[in-house]
Amino acid sequence: MSQERRVREERREAEARKVVADLLKLLSTADRLEFEDVVIDARELTIEFIPPSAPTGPTYLKLTVEPVGVPQPPGGKLEFILEVTPTGFRLLTPPVPGAVPITVPPIAAVPKLVEFIKVEYKYPSLEFKGSIAEVKIGATKAEGGTRSTVIKIGGDNKPPIFRFLGYVVNRPKVALDVFDTTIPLPRAVRDAYGDVLSNPYEWAKKCINVVKADLISFHLVSTDPGIKDVSPQEAAKEVEQMLQTIDIPFIVGGCGNPVKDLETFAKVAEVAANERLVLASVTFGMNIPKYVEVVKKFNHVALALIFMDVTQAKAICRRLMDLGLSKDRIILDPTTAALGYGTEYSFSAAERIRLAALRGDEDLQVPMSCAATNAWAAREAWMKLDAWGPREWRGPLWEAVTAMTMLLAGADLFMMMHPLAASIVKSVTEFMEKQTVRDVIEKEVSEYYSWVTKRY
Amino acid sequence: MPRRIKPLDVYRLLPKLNCGKCGEPTCMVFATKLIERQTTLDKCRPLFEDPRFRENLRKLMELLRPPVKEVTIGVEPNAVKVGGKDVVYRHEWTWRNPTAIALDVHDGMGDEEVERRIKFVNEWFYERIEKRLGIDLLAVRCVSGSAERFVKFVEKVCKLTSKPLIVCTLDPATLEEVLKRIGSRRPLIYAATERNWREFADLAVKWSCPLVVSAPNDLSKLKSLVVSIVKNFGYEELVLDPGTLVSNGGFLDTISNFTALRYSAIEFGEREVGFPLMAIPATVWIFESGGTEELEFREAIIACSLVARYADILVMHSLSPWVYMAVLCLRDCLYTDPRVPPSVKPGLYEVGKPTPESPLVVTCNYALTVSLVRGDLEKSGIDAWLLVIDTEGTSVASAVAGKRFTADKIAEAVKELKLEEKVKHRSLVIPGYAAKIAGELEDLLPGWRVFVGPRESSDLPKFIREIWSKEVLGKA
Ligand code: SF4
Repeated sequence: MSQERRVREERREAEARKVVADLLKLLSTADRLEFEDVVIDARELTIEFIPPSAPTGPTYLKLTVEPVGVPQPPGGKLEFILEVTPTGFRLLTPPVPGAVPITVPPIAAVPKLVEFIKVEYKYPSLEFKGSIAEVKIGATKAEGGTRSTVIKIGGDNKPPIFRFLGYVVNRPKVALDVFDTTIPLPRAVRDAYGDVLSNPYEWAKKCINVVKADLISFHLVSTDPGIKDVSPQEAAKEVEQMLQTIDIPFIVGGCGNPVKDLETFAKVAEVAANERLVLASVTFGMNIPKYVEVVKKFNHVALALIFMDVTQAKAICRRLMDLGLSKDRIILDPTTAALGYGTEYSFSAAERIRLAALRGDEDLQVPMSCAATNAWAAREAWMKLDAWGPREWRGPLWEAVTAMTMLLAGADLFMMMHPLAASIVKSVTEFMEKQTVRDVIEKEVSEYYSWVTKRY
Repeated sequence: MPRRIKPLDVYRLLPKLNCGKCGEPTCMVFATKLIERQTTLDKCRPLFEDPRFRENLRKLMELLRPPVKEVTIGVEPNAVKVGGKDVVYRHEWTWRNPTAIALDVHDGMGDEEVERRIKFVNEWFYERIEKRLGIDLLAVRCVSGSAERFVKFVEKVCKLTSKPLIVCTLDPATLEEVLKRIGSRRPLIYAATERNWREFADLAVKWSCPLVVSAPNDLSKLKSLVVSIVKNFGYEELVLDPGTLVSNGGFLDTISNFTALRYSAIEFGEREVGFPLMAIPATVWIFESGGTEELEFREAIIACSLVARYADILVMHSLSPWVYMAVLCLRDCLYTDPRVPPSVKPGLYEVGKPTPESPLVVTCNYALTVSLVRGDLEKSGIDAWLLVIDTEGTSVASAVAGKRFTADKIAEAVKELKLEEKVKHRSLVIPGYAAKIAGELEDLLPGWRVFVGPRESSDLPKFIREIWSKEVLGKA
């Protein structure tokens, strides 16, 4: 068959189908259907009844039409399947372009007996055999440190916000990022902090007093050989000063160069011995035994960074444990991608790690951390673009959503930057530990439908 | 664990005619595609037409029904499908039918506001990896309390948009009037509650429209309503509203309820709750106080959390692009296939407005890498040519190891795309992870200079400014 002829025939068939579809549409506008003196302009019309295949399943009608007055379709016949429901019928096949399902209101369909059937919903009874180690960050005087509080994360035996299984043991904590040297920061962040950005100690104080940070995450960016290449001794002095400036526990971050970081950590760990700081972070590129030695010798906490992968996560935790670090000294960072730049990989990696841990994988039973600050890498967070709306809201939202997604996946510790994002995440975590007070939600439940009926 | 059907189980029940009417060469191929949800059962005509297959058809429908029912709102070509979920966790299998987002309008709004909102629904979009993401549905609320006024309003809205509607009223008489006019558009009805469920179910059945069953924060009542409707009316085109509470504690109860319902439906096969879930972050606007942006911010957080926690429909009130950017972006990410590394089409891309003097940067076609490279260059205001090589969606490091990021491929692309006409300087920058192919690449591209750039794209701007510019353009 030539291409042209086929096209022509296809068009003819479509036209023929449309005639019938139109007829059906016309029929559908009627309340009732009575055949009286009907002339069906077809050479042949067969209506085949296909009874329901299940008690509640639909009945089908097959209509075979051999039309006249329209160009003949190949084979001379058209087939239609109609689905007959208690409410009318609907054209199932063939899919005529633009055809809408046809619904005919029934003549009478009200069931006689309409009783309310009361049943109970039982929340799923899930049991997880594994639990996450509880990691303590910071040490008080009694424990050999100088911190006023100790932060506890992890310790749970269920995924987060499965309230039907109970409330979280330790709510996730929010650490605020502070950098020891001026780095390019998004406008929204600069505006939120103002002057203190040039002084890490003032910056940290503001995070504690104004943003109510649970911890500080102090990044020694100046140690970067490509930036200021500050020596480990000097870096250690900065940490000493931070210890004197703030009294809450903190995380010390390196510059990301595995060789330099290890040197820095060794010095920092020594001057802050027994303070139980988190040394962020150890990667496969680092001399891991050396790192573990430093953590153990001076009584700190390890933070292992891997790239969104369960196998890598297992491998690094296993390695740290084999070298003698106990689970309660390890935090795992599976890498948080900015919203829209790999969120799904971070989310699923974290979710899989946490589920595997709860289902019994001993290697993964450690708290997870999330660097939500990474959200600012997304241009949606920082770029000035009128069509996208104000950056001072868009940016923090990007960070907060990045964090919330990871919170749902199981993250226990957040490193964040913008006050607005950090405080909303913190306020969510605060309610994770406690049961909701009935009174608080009573109004929400009793006036629920005003979302429909009210103006706002 | 979710039940995964095997192709053979499906095949066994098919007519085994290999007639090809379903569009697949054999019944076995059709069976495989059915399981992958790439085709639908009604395509196999013999199955429906021949009464001998009736019992098998019934069994197949049962076998293939996802644990969370798929419900259609509206009519083709504008219909929106919700639910149809097979798994709790997205890493197990792709979540199907992305959360549908609805924006509200009501019959007490000024014309201008209504038009602004409908325009937003019709026209606004956020572009992401060559996709345009926008609002899916319009929720029409009755605040006037007058059926007449509401009907007029709904009709007016229908003239302005072809998006499917959610009709929101709790009054049966009002609903009936609305359905008389627009029932054939198959709107989603909100909502059958413990007070009106009989009348609402009756109307839903009559007009064959999907129906929301609502019982805020009371899952036993919710389940009872579902059972009452299913048993009395034989109707299953249902969507569940377990309530969206927005106070700090209530919000967590809501997340927990959504999680529980989804677990019950999928992991425990509880049919009575195996329906799409509706979340209404818009409740923020009545129960929380604060400025517009504060409420929008809060609504966005709630919406996003519920996208990650099983909401199949969201009703929202905010009208700011940044709110929907976050929600749609997260939705777009979470509803991707976890097995397929997302890739972008190989070829030459422009970052900013590149000229023949701009650098030529080579990378893999892993979507995330491309986004990052592009983002890092844009952020530092560098215009560049971005040559994306087909690495089957893998990152540079693994593509180099797996021989998918090779000198051959790059050289071929450079020649094929006639890049010597695009850039005067005849130089290109390859990622640090691909350092070992640099020599070979220079051999394959005589007259070209190959720069080994940094491993991290975040260091790329610095590399271009400080090294590439100096070497190639003679200025830093
Ligand atoms: S239409 Fe049905 S019988 Fe024919 S090949 Fe397809 S699955 Fe088999």
